[in-house]
Amino acid sequence: MKPEPDRIEADLLRSIEHTGPGFYVVLAFLLGVIAWGFYAYWTQLVHGLGVTGMQEPVTWGMYIINFVFFIGISHAGTLISAILRLSKAEWRRPITRMAEVITAIVLAIGGLHPIIDLGRPDRLLHLFYNGRLQSPLLWDITSITAYFTASTIYLFVPMIPDIARLRDRGVRPRWLYEVLSWGWQGTPEQRRVLDRAITILMVMVIPIAVSVHTVISFIFAMTLQPGWHSTIFGPYFVVGAIYSGIATLFIVMIVLRKVHSLGGYLKEVHLRQLSRLLLVMAILWSYFTFAEYLTGYYGGEPTEMKIILYKFTGRFAWPFWLMVFLNAFLPVIVLSFRRLCTTTGILVVSIGVTIGMWLERLNIVVPTLENPALSFPLHLYLPSWVEWGIFAWGVAVFCLGFLLFGKFFPLISVWETEEGLERSVSEVDERLESYQPDVAEPSVAV
Amino acid sequence: MPRWGMVIDLDRCTGCGSCAAACQAENNVPVVPKEEARKGRSMGWVRMVHEVEGVFPDAHVRSYPRICMHCDKAPCTYVCPVHATYREDDGLIAQIYPQCIGCRYCMAACPYTVKTFNWYAPQWPEDLRDACNPDVSLRPKGVVEKCTFCSHRRQIAKEQARAEGRPMTERDYQPACVEACPAEAMFFGDLDQPTSRVAQLSASPRAERLRDELGTEPKVSYLRTRSGHEA
Repeated sequence: MKPEPDRIEADLLRSIEHTGPGFYVVLAFLLGVIAWGFYAYWTQLVHGLGVTGMQEPVTWGMYIINFVFFIGISHAGTLISAILRLSKAEWRRPITRMAEVITAIVLAIGGLHPIIDLGRPDRLLHLFYNGRLQSPLLWDITSITAYFTASTIYLFVPMIPDIARLRDRGVRPRWLYEVLSWGWQGTPEQRRVLDRAITILMVMVIPIAVSVHTVISFIFAMTLQPGWHSTIFGPYFVVGAIYSGIATLFIVMIVLRKVHSLGGYLKEVHLRQLSRLLLVMAILWSYFTFAEYLTGYYGGEPTEMKIILYKFTGRFAWPFWLMVFLNAFLPVIVLSFRRLCTTTGILVVSIGVTIGMWLERLNIVVPTLENPALSFPLHLYLPSWVEWGIFAWGVAVFCLGFLLFGKFFPLISVWETEEGLERSVSEVDERLESYQPDVAEPSVAV
Repeated sequence: MPRWGMVIDLDRCTGCGSCAAACQAENNVPVVPKEEARKGRSMGWVRMVHEVEGVFPDAHVRSYPRICMHCDKAPCTYVCPVHATYREDDGLIAQIYPQCIGCRYCMAACPYTVKTFNWYAPQWPEDLRDACNPDVSLRPKGVVEKCTFCSHRRQIAKEQARAEGRPMTERDYQPACVEACPAEAMFFGDLDQPTSRVAQLSASPRAERLRDELGTEPKVSYLRTRSGHEA
């Protein structure tokens, strides 16, 4: 049975208007973790990068891994949301908002990681007044800044009608909704402009998103190092990014629909639809991984081979084969069978893929550095408590972001849900009608 | 314009490490405490490499110094985001310590693993602290450094030659490691000067440049041991 519009509004805005004790408990816990992360960074700032586990030759570690990892997750959002909107997938409606929020939060966290990694963060501005555009790091700064700007706007613009609704309901803080609703009255002219703005943004955001993870892969691919210097790194990273992004999106959706009792809006059918995209990405990722390692292995170039064997049978055998299991076997098996592909099944797979994709970045960054081509005293990399602290900080900021966003804004777009209820059935009918063969006048036989 | 380069004769090198010690003193390279050195934080612009060749009982251990190769096409200079490492006109790959942001991208990109990082603020034992070379700036924590071919000596030699109104030659300018080598296994000079010892040695059939296949065009060559004289 279809719910009344008033009911939708009340359901979706409940978490904003009522605050339970659980909220404060979680908030206190997250703030505690964040404080610990700040303490860890303070330690690093005072003593230098020596407090991390990095050394020579492993001069990049957890910060760079997490940089790639977090930015990768950001591809869930805006990119998925844009693709779903563009392809007019009707089941997108309860999904897009959360996806877009992920992007904005995670991009801010990930973007900070290269700065955390700097030995001289006080000289950050050198990048602006003395930057070399020939350096892939500058490409990163450019495209991440562009992506952050575009995806924040892309998150904000479709929120305007919902913010106006909160303003009209008199939800506190009033000034916030007053300012952010931008004078939205819901006139036909405003709706037309909104539609156009969303269309332009979603078309714009797709190439920017693709560029982001491409140039992140270029950080590695542009060097001459074995295991990094690969032409397929661009697309490989983009695929991996979308893959990890969808997995994280699933975790967020499944947790939030439970916490905020949104099961009636974000139904299993939505999860199942999106799980097909996850399956496609799992297969694509496996294909790229296979191609990458087979070409390296078959060529058998000694420096390259040393690293491949280090992953296949050496110190990194565990992270490597666990990655293959979590990213390739488990998802393909679970998602291919309808009986296994339940909410629980999808959640398990998604947690696995998120871990697996973190391992993938570990397997790319560290083995190459631990195996310099010329002999060098070997020092194995183990992250220190400072690096773990900052990792925990990143995860906590992510959770806090969702906690606060859900406190001030609806996690499922109210107006788009209502719009779907009013119009989508007739629209889809019309569209299906237009796909049918036209019965033209019978042509006269010559 | 000269193109400074070096040749290291592995037939003469005894692996004594004098070059490394001389460099450490000349360039104010910090002394890293033992427990940090064990974790891989030791700093050195000249690193002694120990390689085992062959298997027992025909095994040989060879030790020789490895320094910055001052590549003509240096991967580290390509990736530096802030002009903190760059190729000078005479071929030296220079480091600007006050410019470096400490991203360590140059270290990750270097195919020879010769760059080193200040993981902590530099420190010296009490009695060495006052013996620092006044010609070489001290580096703060958080920046990358490496062999500069003793570019401060080049600067002094250049000024000296100009004051005396004559062109600067390799006799005016030799790095500390070359001067210190007791076996006279290291040669330094202008690679573009056909009459120089370095140019001749680097053209010898024994001359080998590390990982030459990468196309980085290193300006440091090693002379292979002659057959039958495996070190």
